[in-house]
Amino acid sequence: MSIFKQKGPTPVLVSYAVWILLGVGLLHVVLFWAMNHTTSVQAGYRGTGMQTITATNKPAPAPLPAVVAPVEAGKDLAKDVYLNVQVLGNLKTEEFNRLMEQITAWVSPKEGCFYCHSDQGLDVDQPYTKVVSRRMIEMTQFINANWTSHTQPSGVTCYTCHRGKPVPANIWYTEPANTTVGLGNDAGQNKPSIGLTAMQRDVFTPFLMNANQIRVEGVTSLPKKGTVGKGPTLQSTEATYSLMVHISKALGVNCTHCHNTQSTADWSLSTPQRVTAWHGLNMIRAINTEYLAPLASVMPAKRLDGSALLGPTGDAPKANCATCHNGENKPVQGVSLVETFPELKGPVAAPGKTAAK
Amino acid sequence: MAMLSFERKYRVRGGTLVGGDLFDFWVGPFYVGFFGVTTFLFATLGTALILLGAALGPTWNPLRISIAPPDLSYGLGLAPMMEGGLWQVITVCALGAFVSWALRQVEIARKLGMGLHIPFAFSFAVFAYVTLVVIRPILLGAWGHGFPYGILSHLDWVSNIGYQFLHFHYNPAHMIAITFFFTTCMALAMHGSIILSASNPPKGEKVKGSEHENTFFRDIVGYSIGTLGIHRLGVFLAISAAFWSAMCIVLSGPFWTRGWPEWWNWWLQFPYSFVG
Repeated sequence: MSIFKQKGPTPVLVSYAVWILLGVGLLHVVLFWAMNHTTSVQAGYRGTGMQTITATNKPAPAPLPAVVAPVEAGKDLAKDVYLNVQVLGNLKTEEFNRLMEQITAWVSPKEGCFYCHSDQGLDVDQPYTKVVSRRMIEMTQFINANWTSHTQPSGVTCYTCHRGKPVPANIWYTEPANTTVGLGNDAGQNKPSIGLTAMQRDVFTPFLMNANQIRVEGVTSLPKKGTVGKGPTLQSTEATYSLMVHISKALGVNCTHCHNTQSTADWSLSTPQRVTAWHGLNMIRAINTEYLAPLASVMPAKRLDGSALLGPTGDAPKANCATCHNGENKPVQGVSLVETFPELKGPVAAPGKTAAK
Repeated sequence: MAMLSFERKYRVRGGTLVGGDLFDFWVGPFYVGFFGVTTFLFATLGTALILLGAALGPTWNPLRISIAPPDLSYGLGLAPMMEGGLWQVITVCALGAFVSWALRQVEIARKLGMGLHIPFAFSFAVFAYVTLVVIRPILLGAWGHGFPYGILSHLDWVSNIGYQFLHFHYNPAHMIAITFFFTTCMALAMHGSIILSASNPPKGEKVKGSEHENTFFRDIVGYSIGTLGIHRLGVFLAISAAFWSAMCIVLSGPFWTRGWPEWWNWWLQFPYSFVG
C-alpha cells in the first residue's frame, strides 16, 4: 500500500504499468470479441495477399431438392407416344416422364405442371412458358455440350439458375437510353448500383450481350508514345470495374480469385480461375444472344401473376454471372445434378445414331 | 567527439527507466541507455536475419528481396525458418527495436524535463505496425496475414489486400486516414513555407516575426492558428493519420468481410435519401 500512501508523484514504473495493464485489457476484450469470426483461404504464394476472407456466420445454403428415383426404361420413345415432343423425343417415355417430374421440382414446385402446360392438353404450346421451357431445355443441352470449358465438371441443370423458383432470382434488363438533361441526368451511374458502388448500372448490355472490350488496363508501366488520349476512357474503365464487382459479388469472391492485382491484365500472374471466367463471359454472351434475348418475341408483357415480364425496352429477361452462381464460387455447392439426368448433357440422338454435335 | 556549445547542458544524469546509471552514458553524440542497447541488439539481429533471408532467397535485387510470412495453414503457431519462421523472428526483432526506441525517447524526455510528446507521437507509428503484423493476424487467426518484408512484395500485398474488399477507397476509415495524411502535408507545407519566408527576407530587410506570419495567414486564408498552435495541430494531424491507417486495416477482415462499397448501405436507410 505504500504506493498509494506515499507523497509526491506516482513512481514512473507504476504509472506505466497501469497504462500497459489498461491497454492489454482492452486488447484482450477486442481479441475475444472478434476472433473466430472469419475463415481465410490462401490462393497464392504466402505473403502475396492472394486470399479470401469470409465471415463464418454465413447462412447455410438451401438443401437441394430430392432427385427423382431412376426408372427402368422401356422401349417406347416419347416422340412416338406423346404429341409435339420436339426436343426430348428420343428419350424413352419413362425417362421423359422422370425428367418432367424433376423439372417441376426444380422450377415450379409450388405451381406444378400447369405452370408450363395447358389444361387443354399437355401437347398444346400454351401458355408461353411451354415455349420458353422448351428453349431452356435446349439451352441447358447447349451449355453442357459446348461450354464444358466453363461448366466442367459439374455441368448445369434447370436448378442451377431456378433454385425452385419459376423466375431465377438474378436476371437483368437493358436500361432505357438516358435522355434526361441537366440535374436529373445521372449518366447511367451515380446511384447505388452493382455492389453498392456508384459506377455504371447497366454493364450487362455492353459486356454480356454485346462483345464490348472489357480489357482496359495498359500492359506497359507508362503509355506508349502516340497513344496518350487515344486509349479507353475513364468511363469505360469504370464500366469494367463495375462488371468485375458484379462477377465478384455473383461468385462470393474478391478480385484475387482470378487476378494478382500487381497487374490485373497479365495472364501469367493470374490464377487458373481467370481462364474459366473468360470462357464464362463468352458463354453468357452466347446464351444471351442466341437463347434468352430472342424469347422476347414469344413472351407477353406480363407474367401470369401480373408482374412485368419484359423489360422497360421490351427486352426479355437475361442472364449474368449471378443467375447461375447465386453468390457461390461453384454453383449449387459444386454438386453435379446433371449426372443424374444425362439427357441434359446434349441433344439426345435417335436410337442407333450418335449424338449430333 | 566535438560537442556543440549548448549541448553540455543537455548531458544530464538520471531520468532512466531501467538500469539506473549503468547505461547512462553517451557514445559520441548518441545517448545510450538500457533501451539504446536493446534497440541496437534487436535492430542488428533483425537486419542480419533479413540479409540471411536474402542470401538464402532467389535474388539480390534490392527491389525484389522479400521475407514472406508463413502460410495461413500454420495459424498462430511457429513456422519453419525458411517457410515464414524468419519473418516471425524478424517481426519480433522489429517490435523490440521500435518499442525500445520509443522508451529511449521517454528516457531522453525525462532527462531533459520535457513532456512525453515525442514518444507519444512515435508510438502511433509503432501502433500502426503492431496492428498490421500482430493485432490483425491474431484476429484473423494466422501470422500469414502479416505483410511481407520487401520493397515490391509489400506493395503487392497492399494491392491484393485492398482488392479483397473490391474497392478500398470506400473504406470509411481509409478515407479518414488519407484525409489526415493529405492535411498533414498541407499543414506542413504551409508552416514550412511561412517559416522559410519569414526567416529568409530579401536583402536589406529584417527577419519577420510571428505577428508578421499571423497577418500573412489571416490575409490569405482568414485565420492563423499561431506559432504554438501549428505544432499542436501538426501532432494531431500526424497521429490521426497513423491511427486511422491502423483502423482501416484492422477493420478489413476481422470486422468486415464484404466489399467496402456495401458498408455504405446505411446511407440508403435515411428517409428522403437523395441518392436512393
